[in-house]
Amino acid sequence: MKYFDEYRDKRLCQSIIERMKELTTEDINIMEVCGTHTMSIFRSGIKDLLPENIHLISGPGCPVCVTPISDINHMIALARMDRAIIATFGDMINVPGSSSSLKREKADGADVRVIYSPLQALEIAREFPQRQIILVGIGFETTIPLLASIVLEAKKKAITNFYLLSLTKLMPPIIRALLQSQEVKIDGMLCPGHVSTIIGAKPYQFIPDCYHIACVIAGFEPIDILIAIYHLILQKIKGIPQVENKYRRAVREEGNLIALNLITQVFSTVDSEWRGIGIVADSGLDLKSEYSDLNARNFLVKVETTKENNQCRCGDVLRGVATPLQCPLFQKLCTPEHPVGACMVSSEGVCAAYYKYSSV
Amino acid sequence: MCLAIPGKIIKKINCEEAEVLLGNIKKSVRIDLLPEIEEGDYVLIHAGYAITKINSREANEINQIWEEIQS
Repeated sequence: MKYFDEYRDKRLCQSIIERMKELTTEDINIMEVCGTHTMSIFRSGIKDLLPENIHLISGPGCPVCVTPISDINHMIALARMDRAIIATFGDMINVPGSSSSLKREKADGADVRVIYSPLQALEIAREFPQRQIILVGIGFETTIPLLASIVLEAKKKAITNFYLLSLTKLMPPIIRALLQSQEVKIDGMLCPGHVSTIIGAKPYQFIPDCYHIACVIAGFEPIDILIAIYHLILQKIKGIPQVENKYRRAVREEGNLIALNLITQVFSTVDSEWRGIGIVADSGLDLKSEYSDLNARNFLVKVETTKENNQCRCGDVLRGVATPLQCPLFQKLCTPEHPVGACMVSSEGVCAAYYKYSSV
Repeated sequence: MCLAIPGKIIKKINCEEAEVLLGNIKKSVRIDLLPEIEEGDYVLIHAGYAITKINSREANEINQIWEEIQS
């Protein structure tokens, strides 16, 4: 497809990597905070092609992975309601809760349906007016406007059997929390291109301003990622951190104002729990009170107590503190067929990426 | 999860919906978030919604990268 295929040119990839080698021999740590970046980096082999002093660290960029077990237990409890239909994106059904998963509930008779678009949840609601349709609303800023649009449509069309369980997460607050924690030395932040199509470039300004860390918004083709890494290194060695947009064909400085307005119309910020990280202030969204009749949190259900496998290092992996190779369960007890932690379940999870693409 | 794929708008059906070409496949997508798009525009599509228009003025982004790297 035009505007994308030309960003896969092998010669240009090699040239950018050669130029990187000329820049510095200093160790530089770059974090990507988008699961789609993680997969693109692994799929294209970028991690192995970079100079040895450039280290890529994966952060909490996979929405399925960052959803805590307490929320998995909540969706399982909702799935057990008599007339409920759970509509969810695919990976979520495999994530283990304390003692079950949506997939296991489905096998036991619960009505759990995998959807590609949140629009399908409304279609199911129209088709089954006697049932309660609960959309599991996970995602970052890329997906949140879609959920807002669905909520408004349900209101407008007076669809009264549609509910949203909002588990949405916001990118800038979690980046701030990671940088504040100083657990990992980060020299550059590879900012998520598709989240940025919605929020624009400004929300990242605190990264260079407050933390003096380089920041580049990147697309998802190999050249998009390599040129972004090249500029992160340049910013670092020049000592002039700033927010650079290297995905200008898709990201405008101001983002998508219509999408941003939809978000603020429907949602308000709340403190939100992230797997392995804990509760981060104002890092999630829930429905505003005027939409409370659509809020699936209002169903009174018995949610199981959180139980985690204490050997699983998903939390450390999500914070960039450990790689999957440092987890005792990786490739042994935890595989894509039998995942223990969410990072192995999701197709965008770091453990799944290591399992699929790493030669170790 | 934040995966978005490029497509070309081939027909604007109404204010909410358009037909796009994804490779060789025609598909209907929502355009609520991009009401200004027109036929012939390229967009990125995420979970059934067009989320951003590809800015054709920035189409030479790749040429700039070639120039920068070869300079």
